[in-house]
Amino acid sequence: MEKRDFHIVAETGIHARPATLLVQSASKFNSDINLEYKGKSVNLKSIMGVMSLGVGQGADVTISAEGTDEADAINAIVDTMKKEGLTE
Amino acid sequence: MAEGILIKQLVNDLKLNVLSGSEFLSKKKVTTSDLSRPDFEMTGYFSYYPQKRLQLFGLTETAFAKGMTSQERSIVIRRMCQEDTPAFVISTGLIPPVELITEASRAGIPVLGSDLLTTRLTSVLTDYLHSQLAERRSMHGVLVDVYGLGVLITGDSGVGKSETALELIKRGHRLIADDRVDVYQRDESTIVGQAPKILKHLMEIRGIGIIDVMNLFGAGAVREHTTISLIVNLENWRADQNYDRLGSEEDTQQIFDVPVPKVTIPVKVGRNLAIIIEVAAMNFRAKSMGYDATKVFEQNLSSLIKENSDEDENK
Repeated sequence: MEKRDFHIVAETGIHARPATLLVQSASKFNSDINLEYKGKSVNLKSIMGVMSLGVGQGADVTISAEGTDEADAINAIVDTMKKEGLTE
Repeated sequence: MAEGILIKQLVNDLKLNVLSGSEFLSKKKVTTSDLSRPDFEMTGYFSYYPQKRLQLFGLTETAFAKGMTSQERSIVIRRMCQEDTPAFVISTGLIPPVELITEASRAGIPVLGSDLLTTRLTSVLTDYLHSQLAERRSMHGVLVDVYGLGVLITGDSGVGKSETALELIKRGHRLIADDRVDVYQRDESTIVGQAPKILKHLMEIRGIGIIDVMNLFGAGAVREHTTISLIVNLENWRADQNYDRLGSEEDTQQIFDVPVPKVTIPVKVGRNLAIIIEVAAMNFRAKSMGYDATKVFEQNLSSLIKENSDEDENK
């Protein structure tokens, strides 16, 4: 299992557009990928789930991946997070 | 631009009376949707006489003619009877001056009558001519009326357009055209689609062949023509393609000068496309009525994010 913590810096938080991109990025992998915020964990491949958390600026979230391609998955998600300016 | 419409077709479609010259109906054609009220011409002013248009006689023209001598009437009406003048139309059930019948018959121009008032007849004629003369294009797809909304289903051959339409018909919606849809632009923002005459009410279903939808499902299952409000493009599911997840993308497809809203629906075994199209149509209607679920959700999400980030800051 791969795990990574993120501090969200984007002003809009994980709004609809970045959520869509994160989900797209996660959906390319076979691993089970989860996003955890405030003790609630959702499937990172489910767009409604991700948005339901309402992750805002200043939030601390954890993303974990478990499966054969877990390392690649985490790396891809880190890339997307950085590219979208969600995290530094 | 179409070549023109035979006066015979105009008479049949609009149920006009033929007052004289029935032998010329198949010889004369209208080539423009503009009409002419030849009231100035009645006074002898012919500088701008639009001779190619239908010449519409209403109360003004017939009343004015009554004040002229028979000889005067013959002179002006003869000048109106040009070789490319398609027909004279008399509105409001009025009786045309006898000289009109004589001169028009001599020139080979039919004289038609209608009981409609002039204003009403003008708009009926203009609408009719405009739609008949408009440039037509054929599109590959199936046009179905879903909850009163014209939905054009497009997609590659074999993706399941006709099968999807069939299920929509079974669910109470109406077929306009299968496989080939003839479209034209009715006005600045409207595209109308209909079936070519030979394909009307027919569908081709692989493995069954040609079926007559009106015959099998009844008159309630078909419609002659409809405005195309939405294009639903069916596409085989591709793993590398990112489909619209939120409904915030606004795609359109240009038909003539009109950008028609378009959604792309990925096809995969186990997806009930008929229901998805029904929902797409209903959602589109809701949007045009001012309720956009995506926008409302995004606003709610913004408030939630704001609440959460305020909380995170005050930790």
